[in-house]
Amino acid sequence: MPADYVDWLRREGRIVIVGASLAGLRAAETLRAEGFAGELTLIGDEPYEPYDRPPLSKSVLLGKASAHRTELPHRREIDAKWRLGVAASGLDLMANRVRLADGDEVEYDRLLIATGVRARPWPKPEEARLDGVCVLRTRDDAAGLYQRLKAGPRRAFVIGAGFAGSEVASACREMGLPVTVAERAGAPLAGALGGVIGAVAADLQTENGVDLRTHVMVTALEGDPVGRVRAVHLSDESVVEADVVVVSLGSQRNTDWLAGSGLGAGPRGIACDAGCRAFDFRGIVTDDVFVAGDVARSPHALFGYQFLSLEHWGNAVAQAETAAHNMICHGAERRPHLWMPAFWSSMFGVNIKSVGVPPMGDQLMITQGSLAERRFAGVYGHQGRIVAAVTFDNTRWLEFYQRQIERGAPFPVEFATVDRRPEGRPMDADFPDPSLPTHGPMVTLSGYSPADQQLVFHPARH
Amino acid sequence: MTQASLFRQITDFANRANPYPLYAELRKTPVLHEEEDGPYVISSYWDIEALLHDPRISSDAANLAAAGTDALAQAEETGGLPPSFIRLDPPEHDRLRRIANQGFGPPHRPRRIENMRGELGPIVNGLFDGLADKRQFDLVDEFAYPFPVTVICRLLGVPRDDEPKFRAWVDPLVASLDPDTRENPDADFVKAAQEARMQLGMYLAGLVEERAKEPREDLLSDLVNSEGPDGSMTMMEVLSTAVLLLIAGHETTVNLITNGMLTLLRHPEVLERLRGDPGLSVRIVEELLRYEPPVQIVPQRTCIADIEVRGVTIPKGARIWLMLAAGNRDPERFTDPERFDPDRGDIQHLGFGSGIHSCFGAPLARLETQIALSELARRLENPRLVEDPPPYRPNAVLRGPRHLEIAFDGLR
Repeated sequence: MPADYVDWLRREGRIVIVGASLAGLRAAETLRAEGFAGELTLIGDEPYEPYDRPPLSKSVLLGKASAHRTELPHRREIDAKWRLGVAASGLDLMANRVRLADGDEVEYDRLLIATGVRARPWPKPEEARLDGVCVLRTRDDAAGLYQRLKAGPRRAFVIGAGFAGSEVASACREMGLPVTVAERAGAPLAGALGGVIGAVAADLQTENGVDLRTHVMVTALEGDPVGRVRAVHLSDESVVEADVVVVSLGSQRNTDWLAGSGLGAGPRGIACDAGCRAFDFRGIVTDDVFVAGDVARSPHALFGYQFLSLEHWGNAVAQAETAAHNMICHGAERRPHLWMPAFWSSMFGVNIKSVGVPPMGDQLMITQGSLAERRFAGVYGHQGRIVAAVTFDNTRWLEFYQRQIERGAPFPVEFATVDRRPEGRPMDADFPDPSLPTHGPMVTLSGYSPADQQLVFHPARH
Repeated sequence: MTQASLFRQITDFANRANPYPLYAELRKTPVLHEEEDGPYVISSYWDIEALLHDPRISSDAANLAAAGTDALAQAEETGGLPPSFIRLDPPEHDRLRRIANQGFGPPHRPRRIENMRGELGPIVNGLFDGLADKRQFDLVDEFAYPFPVTVICRLLGVPRDDEPKFRAWVDPLVASLDPDTRENPDADFVKAAQEARMQLGMYLAGLVEERAKEPREDLLSDLVNSEGPDGSMTMMEVLSTAVLLLIAGHETTVNLITNGMLTLLRHPEVLERLRGDPGLSVRIVEELLRYEPPVQIVPQRTCIADIEVRGVTIPKGARIWLMLAAGNRDPERFTDPERFDPDRGDIQHLGFGSGIHSCFGAPLARLETQIALSELARRLENPRLVEDPPPYRPNAVLRGPRHLEIAFDGLR
């Protein structure tokens, strides 16, 4: 009696959400908003109520906001049992039970996994333990880094020039601190936006006084006799003295606790269908386990049904809402998660926004403005279609390009646009070889290439 | 004779008091093109919203003039001054608007508007003092016009006492924005608009020169003394920006306040709620911007490429009219759109436009109207409309009553 099961679940079932951050909170709110009256439990490894992470690498580092004042606003009462400060350590799919690190067990009728990602640590543990070596992911990380930067180190060193690393460098410069950034690729942001845009980001850094080193790797972190970091050794044999080192090498998905559970979980996340239901390791979809947020990998119709992992704020919200909706409704009422990938960043006073999946593009065309002025809109093309767009200080046009992506509009762009410059011709987007390890773009691609597609979205009224 | 085209009916003054049934008719053909040289009229919310963000649409006066049948597009920009940023595309638009913004908002002047809050109350009180012995007044001439004029004068640094002088130049310029005039401009009218723009520019030049020598705490000083990554404005750019801000800074707010009070008097239960809860003014103003927007139409855009909208190809070079007020009542977008409902949660209106040309003065207009309406609700005892509908101004774009007579029993 599956239909009755859903009705029963809505009335008195038990839903457990593992992961008490943005996706977990929004899912809980959606469950209640859509009439779930049963028992709701949120499990989170951090001791804090859900908080917002984007400010942690921006205003918090500048002291403009406190790391302990970034709680996410609640949209409604969720009447949940909170299990904060205790991580989930295992999952028993047969018995519908989540094991906790403190030995406790929590039973569920339906489970949502939203455990997100954590900062990838420096790979040599003894060096990572040196005082002054930090990562930046959590509120505590941000509070600690802020204290270190405020103390006025002689030099900060950032390993990895992805978005987070570049934002840290920007904060250092705004505080007047000397900072060195080391990047294995040829330019900052190259993994996420390609080398052409990366070159713009590189100019932005050097003009703002960042000591930017590209095509180099950090080989060792050197400590002083009392265990404080003192210097950074690079693959070009140079040595840079620094007393704060920020390891910004991207993230790792929090799936270790699912090892042996039988769920299709691994380093690239937890695979799920478009309705957010998790696959087990045999590729069979589960009925009672759902996934949302950074830890999920789900197929996207606009991008050839490739499985996308998106570490994007907006994705976490949208996927959580869809997952929650699907958890408590009948099959025919379920919705697919078809969020248009989008992210933003700000660094050195420039606002960067993107829609679509830039790393899928092999070509780039600047359709408005100019790279040299660092104020532009550019589109990425793949196999004759627009698959992504990026703007630097030109946000208000982005919506137009999003619609072009949704329609599978042709690339290169043939039509005239305001502010088209002579440089606006298609060129190689210059993404680094994806087989080389780097800090990792914020989008992970796998599966087939996109074939011909012609989709038109009609925005719905809510 | 066949019935006048929908487009002609909308610009026809006879329909000014209530164009909304025409807009509803218009939405049945969301891309309407009735006359060979006429504009493509866009009336549904999603299409307008998309076109406001479409880089294939130009606001450049030169493109509009090339599209023909708009002698005024040229006329306005002569009169000695270059086009202001509202009639320019990027990158010139962006550069001028960024510089202008240095004096107006974040990051350079984050508190400038909020800091005016304390000044607005006394201005409003002064206007109520003038009503103390009356039992009937014209809201437009005695409140909704003088209030924003005083505010914009203070913000810019224009002497308030010069209002009669500059009003003589502003009126022909505002009239020139009326589409009915634009379609059939006669030579005298064009000349008058040119002349007015030049005179207004010369008047402001005197003030700007004083500020260049001796800067004060006002926007004109910031405009003429701007510096930064974008450089500074030329003197001519300062003048056309000042002309734009002076006019746009009050002409639209007059209508927003007047349309607002008219709407509240037609919905006395909302007026009564506002009297007890001034905080409600925030939601009331947003709903007004949807329900009775002071700028009804964006008529000055041109396609620079072929654009397909709902299966209709609008050819390169064609003019486009974006019917903001029609889109604001589009049932595809808003539930029960013909109802004035400040409690609706979903209120992403087009009242301030959208995209790069979205209303520069929006934060000021919001603050002025919130204060004006909540004070009118609080101070007027038993206010009533004397005439409904009131007489309207001729303009179909900047639509609002010319007078709004209100009877009342006294001041609280």
